[in-house]
Amino acid sequence: MSTTEIERQWTTRLRKRAAGKLPPEKLLPDTQPAYVSSWIYVFGVTTLAALSLVILTGFILSIRGPQWWHSSSIGHFVNSMHLWSVEIFFFAMIVHLWGKFFMAAWRGGRTATWMTGVVTFLASVGAAFTGYVSQTNFDSQWISTQAKDGINATGAGSIFNVLNLGQMLMWHIVLLPLAAVLLTAVHVLLVRIKGVVPPFEEKTGATK
Amino acid sequence: MAFLWSLAAFIPLDNYGHYIHWGVINISVANFIVVVLMIMTFVAALLLPFPGRNRRKGNQ
Amino acid sequence: MSTKPFRPDVDAPEYKGKYAPYDIIREGTIAVIVVGLLVVLLATLFGSPDERAITIKTWSNANPIDFATTALGEMNGSTITAQYGGPYNTAAPGQNLGPLKLAQWAGVTIPVNTVRDFVINPLSSVPNDPDLKLALAQWKGANSAQQTSWVSNYSKGAAKMTWSHGLINVPATNVGPVPTIINKLTQMARSGALDQALVTGSGFYTTNYTKPLLFVADGTYLANLAQKQHLLGSQWGMMNETGSYPGQAWLWLYTFWYQVTPFSTSSNADVQVSALMGLLSLLLLLLPLIPGLRSIPRKVKVYRLIWREHYSA
Repeated sequence: MSTTEIERQWTTRLRKRAAGKLPPEKLLPDTQPAYVSSWIYVFGVTTLAALSLVILTGFILSIRGPQWWHSSSIGHFVNSMHLWSVEIFFFAMIVHLWGKFFMAAWRGGRTATWMTGVVTFLASVGAAFTGYVSQTNFDSQWISTQAKDGINATGAGSIFNVLNLGQMLMWHIVLLPLAAVLLTAVHVLLVRIKGVVPPFEEKTGATK
Repeated sequence: MAFLWSLAAFIPLDNYGHYIHWGVINISVANFIVVVLMIMTFVAALLLPFPGRNRRKGNQ
Repeated sequence: MSTKPFRPDVDAPEYKGKYAPYDIIREGTIAVIVVGLLVVLLATLFGSPDERAITIKTWSNANPIDFATTALGEMNGSTITAQYGGPYNTAAPGQNLGPLKLAQWAGVTIPVNTVRDFVINPLSSVPNDPDLKLALAQWKGANSAQQTSWVSNYSKGAAKMTWSHGLINVPATNVGPVPTIINKLTQMARSGALDQALVTGSGFYTTNYTKPLLFVADGTYLANLAQKQHLLGSQWGMMNETGSYPGQAWLWLYTFWYQVTPFSTSSNADVQVSALMGLLSLLLLLLPLIPGLRSIPRKVKVYRLIWREHYSA
């Protein structure tokens, strides 16, 4: 087998491209620009930490199925952790969003980073919503019968039936978490590829 | 059993909520607290000094 | 040499300054531990809400007249579901966004015939009841004009409906089998059998609660309980939770639009608010590409606080 043949392989080309865009020292950096020095920078990683706890508690709830938490105090406690990690997730994500907005963090070829973040937020709203309608309690009865009108009015109700528990649970535990996690992964990789956005240049300040 | 009992919440929020009416705004106290905390956290994150700046300067 | 002008809201200056040590793994670990402790603390302190689901059994026992009135509404076509339109039936055109009749175009994909699915089919599953069997045979043997006439005559007296000795009574004549049907359905509901009949309509297994949820939502029992919990749409209920727990506060803007004109008085509010939120989401998504909007952060100068160390260096 010739070297050029190996060079031409899809696998080789993908590996080289990935390694070029995201070498190990960019993927797992050990330094960062000195301007990254504010508490506002902790809300991205806080969102990630909360997401990992949402998923972990969701996994535990999955072990014994969707109705376990109604009858077990351990199950109810895990459900409580699931709820509060979701509250912290959105809390941190929104503070992160505000921070990135005021930094205009899309500058310098970071538009895709911003966009994946926004789409992750929207997917997360959907993931949370399908969780609320999968609770199998009064809350889910009320929320689903109310939400159906909003969704049916757009025509989406013909496919996305919020009154179908099995369908909503599948969206909640398979499709939307997968989307949220994949989008988050892309978002974080883009941050690592492009780096953290530098400060605005100020004429009066010593920016150089 | 004592262990299981201990998993019950200390301050369960199962009683009917309280609500704030302000013109068209109508928000539960719980949501209001969350929103206020969010804004306070954001402002605090902007204003509070971030630790370790001296160490960083020293390192470079 | 490139002479492309530098656009401050699109381009970023090249950073040539200092770098500081940064332990990304340690940072991530600390974040998980801190958030984990916070989650355990909040879960231990406050727990989470779990208001039991209502059933058609609890509803019909708590308020048999509301149940029977709703059941009659399913027969005379006056309930929300009976008059819904897409995706359940063709009783109404559904909402439209200007010329876009989205609900109608999407069609009837989850067919619900309230008379058949909520009343006649469940009753047909009841065994060993000669009176009911007779009533159903009389109903099924009649033409639709006759059925409509019976239901209509019964409905005229429905305002004077009473409940006594386990029976629904309505002063009305020439009503055919309708009183038997309403009473048997009420009995079935109070026994809990209707809850089962509505979900098992499609066989042994089911994960689909469309029919019982639509039926329950047609009555006033569920909405009355929701109102006490401050969950109605007009109460900004979309972002509220049962008890005093925080809810989906992130839906504040979505629910806000429902409270103000023109949406609060529009019969197409649902689709209009959805469209508006879609548009606003698109604006947020495309913010980096929108001149004016993308200049806000540079002009409000909050960034000076974030990078104050950098600017004072």
